[in-house]
Amino acid sequence: MPSSLVTVEIQVNGVSHAKAIEPRTTLVDFLRDHLLLTGTHVGCEHGVCGACSVLLEGDPVRSCCMFAVQADGMSITTVEGLAPERGSLSKIQDAFCESHALQCGYCTSGMLVACHALVAQTPQPDETQIRDAIGGNLCRCTGYQQIVNAVKLATSPTLEARQPTQPQGREAAVAGASDD
Amino acid sequence: MTDTTPNSGQAFKYIGRHRRAVEHRRFVTGQGRYAADVQLPGLLHVAIVASPYASARILSIDASAAMAVSGVHKVLTGDELQAQIDPMLPGVDAPKVARYPLASGVVRYAGEWVVAVVAESRALAEDAAELVNIQYEQTPHVIDPEAAMTDKAPLVHPDHGPNIIWHRKFTWGPVDDHFEAAEHQLSYRARWSRSSTVPIETFVATCSWNDATQILDVWASIQMPKFPDLLAKCLRLPGNGVRVHFDVDVGGSYGVKRGLKHAILVGFLARNLGRPVRFLEDRLENMRGGDMQGPDRIFDVTLAFDGDGTVRSMRMRAVDDIGAYSGRSPLQLGKPVGAIVGPYRIASVEYDAYSVMTNKTPQEAVRGFGQSPTNYAIETGMDKVARFLGMDKIALRRKNLIRKDEFPYLIPSGTHYDSGDYETVLDKALAAAPLDVLLKQRDVLRAQGLLAGIGISTCLEPSGGNSAFEPLFNAKNDTTTWMDSCLVRIDLNGSVTALMGTSTSGQAHETLVSTVVGEVLQRDPDSIRVLHADSLSALPSNSPVGSRMAIMLGGAAAGAAKLLKSKLLAIAAHNLEVDESALAYEDGDVFIQTNPARRCTWKELIEIAHRKYHRMPEGMEPGLQEKFCWEVPTGGQLPTADGRIQMYPCHSFESHVVLASIDPETGGTKLHRYVVGHDCGVMISPDVVHGMTYGGVAHGLGAALLEKFSFSEEGQLLSGTFMDYLLPSAQEVPPITIVDHCTPSPLTTFGQKGSGEAGYLGGPAAIASAVNDALSTKDVCIDELPMTPQAIWRALRPTRDAI
Amino acid sequence: MKAAPFEYILAESVDHALECLNQHGMDAKAIAGGQSLVPMMAMRLARPSVLLDINRLPELKQIKISANNVSMGATTRQRTIEDDAEVHDALPLVRDALRWVGHVQTRNRGTIGGSLVHADPSAELPLAATVLNATLHLRSQASGDRAISASDFFLGPMFTATGDTECLLGIDWPVWSGEGITTAFEETAMRHGDFAMASAACQLQTDADGICLRAAIGLGGVDGAPRAFPELALQLVGQRIDTSIVREVAHAAAQQTEPGSDLYADVEYRRHLAAVMLTRALQKASLHSHV
Repeated sequence: MPSSLVTVEIQVNGVSHAKAIEPRTTLVDFLRDHLLLTGTHVGCEHGVCGACSVLLEGDPVRSCCMFAVQADGMSITTVEGLAPERGSLSKIQDAFCESHALQCGYCTSGMLVACHALVAQTPQPDETQIRDAIGGNLCRCTGYQQIVNAVKLATSPTLEARQPTQPQGREAAVAGASDD
Repeated sequence: MTDTTPNSGQAFKYIGRHRRAVEHRRFVTGQGRYAADVQLPGLLHVAIVASPYASARILSIDASAAMAVSGVHKVLTGDELQAQIDPMLPGVDAPKVARYPLASGVVRYAGEWVVAVVAESRALAEDAAELVNIQYEQTPHVIDPEAAMTDKAPLVHPDHGPNIIWHRKFTWGPVDDHFEAAEHQLSYRARWSRSSTVPIETFVATCSWNDATQILDVWASIQMPKFPDLLAKCLRLPGNGVRVHFDVDVGGSYGVKRGLKHAILVGFLARNLGRPVRFLEDRLENMRGGDMQGPDRIFDVTLAFDGDGTVRSMRMRAVDDIGAYSGRSPLQLGKPVGAIVGPYRIASVEYDAYSVMTNKTPQEAVRGFGQSPTNYAIETGMDKVARFLGMDKIALRRKNLIRKDEFPYLIPSGTHYDSGDYETVLDKALAAAPLDVLLKQRDVLRAQGLLAGIGISTCLEPSGGNSAFEPLFNAKNDTTTWMDSCLVRIDLNGSVTALMGTSTSGQAHETLVSTVVGEVLQRDPDSIRVLHADSLSALPSNSPVGSRMAIMLGGAAAGAAKLLKSKLLAIAAHNLEVDESALAYEDGDVFIQTNPARRCTWKELIEIAHRKYHRMPEGMEPGLQEKFCWEVPTGGQLPTADGRIQMYPCHSFESHVVLASIDPETGGTKLHRYVVGHDCGVMISPDVVHGMTYGGVAHGLGAALLEKFSFSEEGQLLSGTFMDYLLPSAQEVPPITIVDHCTPSPLTTFGQKGSGEAGYLGGPAAIASAVNDALSTKDVCIDELPMTPQAIWRALRPTRDAI
Repeated sequence: MKAAPFEYILAESVDHALECLNQHGMDAKAIAGGQSLVPMMAMRLARPSVLLDINRLPELKQIKISANNVSMGATTRQRTIEDDAEVHDALPLVRDALRWVGHVQTRNRGTIGGSLVHADPSAELPLAATVLNATLHLRSQASGDRAISASDFFLGPMFTATGDTECLLGIDWPVWSGEGITTAFEETAMRHGDFAMASAACQLQTDADGICLRAAIGLGGVDGAPRAFPELALQLVGQRIDTSIVREVAHAAAQQTEPGSDLYADVEYRRHLAAVMLTRALQKASLHSHV
């Protein structure tokens, strides 16, 4: 019954790892169980919640929807690899802390991956682009508002004051009714 | 000695400020430690074989093929398990409605766990699970709760008797007289379908048994009062034989992660096998058999009111479908007793509440513990009254809202609302919208051919928690204690550490406690470390339920810190040879007010306490550590014979203003503007409070428009994956504006009220209000959640033109 | 939710892939993006004993654009197509359809071929292929090449004409030439990115006077497979496209469908949505032509 093992070599956060695994090992299970990188989380195992998001050659993908063997020879970045160096945070990670863009932290790894990928491609995303980029990452704690705020804070050309950015008064009401 | 009077009005140094949550540092770097992250050598894994049928006899179980698979360690049946453990019992008096982690003899819902397979890996356990051969004989089942209430219905628990597991009709005040005297009555049905908060992390239980120490170590994703005690009891272990590690990060709960059956199963297996065991629910197991589904209610309400809009009395019949087994679920009909009139001056209430069993997945505690469905039912009625009278629904609410000078306000069911200013919160929300702009926008949307409406809700958020619904629903269970605790110590190096004794699932308790302790001791909160003690070393707690932690844990942390501060002052007084009244305390240093040069510094005081006993006041305990354990304010009373009780101590309040449009051709709803006015007294951590409010709004949106656990007539769960059970994404949840107001509570340390359920408690009511305002132009309404596009389209059917 | 065990084969060439399929037949399944297949395997609804990975065959990832045709290799990523400006110009309907497909993460891995072979009746790319009557190129070791039109390819829900030992190699999309070409893709779903409850696609060519020269219309999510309506589309030709003819055609198309029913859309509602979506698509496309 057990299938023969395959050997994979995958670069994760700059470090190459070679392991013999069952072919049916998903990429997320490889990261968590074989490499003990538990920062990437499992939420649904059927490609909807996005908690398992990682960067595959720089692009965000659902690591529960890939078998690790398919990533053989490729490079992955997980949440553990987003900070520029030990002891510091990326601008987006820092903005998440500043804007209270997380609560239980479970979806956060995937959210950060999605946001980093967005900002790498679109340095100053607007609200619609942000919500589109995280549209495949479900969160049950935050209602997304402060996550959007965080990305805006991280990418704002002049680092704005710390007032939580939320739609205010008349302008927001006008904006709300006139889109689409 | 214990000072819990509020400091409202006093400027705070740390409380109420923007502050980065302590917990975030580990989460943004992927260094959180969730129950599935705990590494244990030799860990074995569990997969479940679940019942395919809603009701059946188990004829035989053949595990031989599964056991033959290499790497499989055990196949556990209900027969073997039930013989060795105690059952979980309901929160009401129904001892024959016993629940075990695995079924024996019969299955009562599709998805009920029947067999547990333990293997070297989860994948292998699933392979083996497929080989377990179970023969069933189907028996009659009942899915509809109203059908389940009739004599003809198949019985879910024949040994118990009727499917109504609990029923009581409360009459508070002269209901008949008020109905007689009122000018008008109207009746309606409001249906809150079964949904839940569905955290992204499923339930995980990891257990390890040590033969030498006879301790069961438990790492689980829990949010549950008395979890260690109940776990020990069911496993027939002494209370000090179970050690629950509360320092596990929990990936969201919002009520549902009770997981007692999961932990009992895994605890049993760990002890039985002498190996550590983990059960990590997969999403299918979680949705169908994780027993985390929420209230499932039919409300039949009649309101008695006058022509000027005054609502005099209410008759509410609530039928709640709790599924095939009972945990604390029936009690979710009880908590709303403490806010049964919402924010209104309704003088009498008849509340006829039924908790009914069906052959469905069991219900569990969900955010608000029944208050959100009840608020939805009440607010639906207020809008109907307004429509009936041709009165503006905001004006109708103003007419009935309890006024700010009427607090503390006693509602007919015996609860005092501590403080509030409902009309100001409503006004703030309307001003922030702003209403005049929304009205214009509504008209613009209507001119574009859409249906459009503005929704309003004004809803109570009871907070602080209490055990009061337990004796209310079961006179034999005369419990009134609902405490929490904190221990604070200052070490020899002068750093401060606080210990809390329960779990956290996103509420930033470490931030809460360090802010409070920092405020009292006047030390930088970021220098204060907060740890989660395990259950063997923890002081008593009732866990973060009922929006209680800001009040109870915050109060306990403040209490312990104040004791420490007193001690420091006493040591200083003794060493400076003056009366304490001559001293001032600033940032940990103590000095003589009239001669600040004469002082004992923080460092000096600590040295004395830890190392210089000869300089301590007579009889004072050495070291610097204080505990504080206290009962919930207004707690400690049993209900009256006619069911009146002070339910929760503090009452937060929210008012939502929503602009929605409906595409009449598809029935699809879009939310254009979402404003929440919110009052939870003094906010200790405003960022945390706001965060939970935004999240609560999203939960409410899901319940209102998208989420439903749908069952077929055969009792099969039809929405058991994330493809069918629809959680709102960032593209469904609109931008949200929160405006704050503060009416401090007179009952708490800093004037804080609880706020873990904000947004969710008033959201569905407001969205329904907006949808129905939009539909009112077509003279139709929809009183059932979720209001899906198809449901709205159907409601519009008779009025539309043929296409 | 762990997949049942399987043997993994990485195809080193198209011939190697076909040989593998020939050897294992129904026991083997080709995997490209895996966005549909892996979840099905996780739920053990699909349990191939051999998984054939065709992601690393460069010849299956080529896009070739000519004056009247766009060829796409079967394992071209949806994201690649989405980002390709030349493909947008040549195939505006595919661009429109892709806006509705899943989320960024799924499009980064998902492939055009994978979506077509998976054949979910609510999926957007199969609808686009059907409306434009794309040609799908299959090959097997035993029988060699065959070309099949999209209208003959989709046989039912999750069911195509692909033989057990065949592999989809590429798709040819016809490019309409000339001026005045407009497209629209309208969809309604429960949430953004979900499969459609009903979707409609159309491509029109109108002359300078607003008279329709050519039309292709189709509906998705409202039958066992995506449906094109060439005969109804002919009714538009030679006409000025106004509201009443749009409604008539849309209604007639919807009436020809046999929708299924699920939790969120029953038969009657779905058929109604079909007419609404096609009406809107046609109105949108005809509006753009009046520039």
